[in-house]
Amino acid sequence: MSTTTEVRDPVEARTLRKAGKKPGRGVISSAGLYCATAVCALLFLIPFYLIVRNALSTDAEITGENWKFFPTDIQWGNISELFSDNTVPFATSLWNSAVVGVLHTVGTLLVCSLAGYGLARIPYKHADKIFYAVLVTLMVPAAVTFVPSFVLVSSLGWVSSLQGLIVPGLFSGFTCFLFRQYFLGFPKELEEAARVDGLGYWGAYWRIVVPNSLNFFAAMATITFISGWNAFLWPLVIGQDQEAWTVQVALSSYMTNQTVNFHLIFMATAISILPLVLVFLFLQRWLVQGVAQTGIKG
Amino acid sequence: MSTTTTRDATRPASAKVSPTKPRRGAQGRTLNFWLFTGPFLIGLVIFVYIPIGWSIWLSFFEARYTVTPSTFIGFDNYKQMLTNGDFVRSLGTFTVFAVIIVPVTWALSLGLALMVHRLRFMKAFFRSVFFLPTACSFVAASLIWKMSIFSGVRFGLANTVLGWFGIENIAWLANPNPPWYWLVIVTVRLWLQAGFYMILFLAALQNIPPELYEAAAIDGAKPGWQTFRHITLPQLRATSTAVILLLLVAAYQAFDEFFNLLAKTTWGRPPLVELYYTALGDNQDYGAGSAGAVILTLLICTVTLLQGKFMGFGRGDESK
Repeated sequence: MSTTTEVRDPVEARTLRKAGKKPGRGVISSAGLYCATAVCALLFLIPFYLIVRNALSTDAEITGENWKFFPTDIQWGNISELFSDNTVPFATSLWNSAVVGVLHTVGTLLVCSLAGYGLARIPYKHADKIFYAVLVTLMVPAAVTFVPSFVLVSSLGWVSSLQGLIVPGLFSGFTCFLFRQYFLGFPKELEEAARVDGLGYWGAYWRIVVPNSLNFFAAMATITFISGWNAFLWPLVIGQDQEAWTVQVALSSYMTNQTVNFHLIFMATAISILPLVLVFLFLQRWLVQGVAQTGIKG
Repeated sequence: MSTTTTRDATRPASAKVSPTKPRRGAQGRTLNFWLFTGPFLIGLVIFVYIPIGWSIWLSFFEARYTVTPSTFIGFDNYKQMLTNGDFVRSLGTFTVFAVIIVPVTWALSLGLALMVHRLRFMKAFFRSVFFLPTACSFVAASLIWKMSIFSGVRFGLANTVLGWFGIENIAWLANPNPPWYWLVIVTVRLWLQAGFYMILFLAALQNIPPELYEAAAIDGAKPGWQTFRHITLPQLRATSTAVILLLLVAAYQAFDEFFNLLAKTTWGRPPLVELYYTALGDNQDYGAGSAGAVILTLLICTVTLLQGKFMGFGRGDESK
């Protein structure tokens, strides 16, 4: 924050001097800027407001004649009603999503970071060719391969199973690529010191490289968890039985159900978003860093 | 044991760079290389390469309800997909979608970034607000859009607001004529993604050297449009190119919001939704579905490479 103001100040001062020596103009334009930003921010927050309003209202209030900005009585009972409703296995789907989200994140990070490190740092005569074989997979978007992946997973007998949801997604060429790029920039001296001390590649990796890369790991973990939790197409394809639904598939089923209970549907939406909003609020620093890294490299 | 051998091997190598490396060291490195990359590479072969290969193979066979077909039919699946009105129409749907969503998202995310970048107070707060939708899933957002904002009935938010101005209810999604459903589809993705690309633009804006603006001010450039046009925009070229490419590839893979917002309708199906219904719908036509996937992949690769050529993607990377 402070650095940006420092950087901006001389420019701002000069432009002000240039623009007719009226500091008043700057105040007006910055007031306009804040107004415009605030209006945009309000628009961006409307969907969140609607989730909370509908989740805590009764159906009668949601569908009532006149628009109600806030529920008259806050209906906390909607939570217990949602979990005792048996038409959609919402509790099971939450559990599945949590398991899938955590294992997907841990597995992807483990497998892809090791591979990224190997490709970046361990000399091997065919390493280039192998790296190209990884890069080629980036050209084929994962979403397009859902037909062949389903073919494979169904012949393994993994349809409607947790391993079917998790395992095929672990081997992300993109994540491996990002780790490789990151490790290429990791200071070599640290590792060399470790190896002089008698640690092999494996020991140096776990004792020196990983502990010194926790920021990057946190950024990748945040992004991987969010994309795992929010994934829809693959869980939809794999979750043929209700038992294997993730929370996104459950939410989707609410939209096509015959009976529509608005308050339950929105309570479910609120609960499905809550973990991510928490992740977002507490880990935003890493998230921003991760987005900036993945996006620009991508 | 193994640690001692590695140490013995690496010590002389790091002391002096010798062209003839000790054999045991090279072997140890090869072993280590496979130890690190092996699990990933095995998984990559099984879960990426084999499905792709299998799919290409399937696309040349008559494969309904089976993934181990025996009737070779050459390019018939491809002919079927390319003459199939639904699949071709889905490519058209994608084109319309991309033509709208790519420039609009680009402009909005750049606009938000420019606004947030100029803020002095509460910068972090506003950045968070615009970035927050990134945490939502397409399914959740589709649900809010379909059941609350753009619900076709009286109590939907959009219709309520229109009602205050005495305008009749609009069936946003249930009626393709006029195609209001595009407004719903586009705003959902815009809301979800603008903040993400805003972060990319913010990072790029912070990297523009302030001296450039000072020099421009000395040269008499008016702050505002002139500096934006001649300094900010050219400086953001690499990021813009990357953003447009990312948007395009993401638009190709659009599935969640179309599937959920336009369930049970026959209009507005992009390619992936069409493939989903071909391969996993009532017909379970894996052959035709695989052929469609191959066609789509080729299209995406072509567009990516062409765009890279025309807009100089990668030039920005090299300069870094």
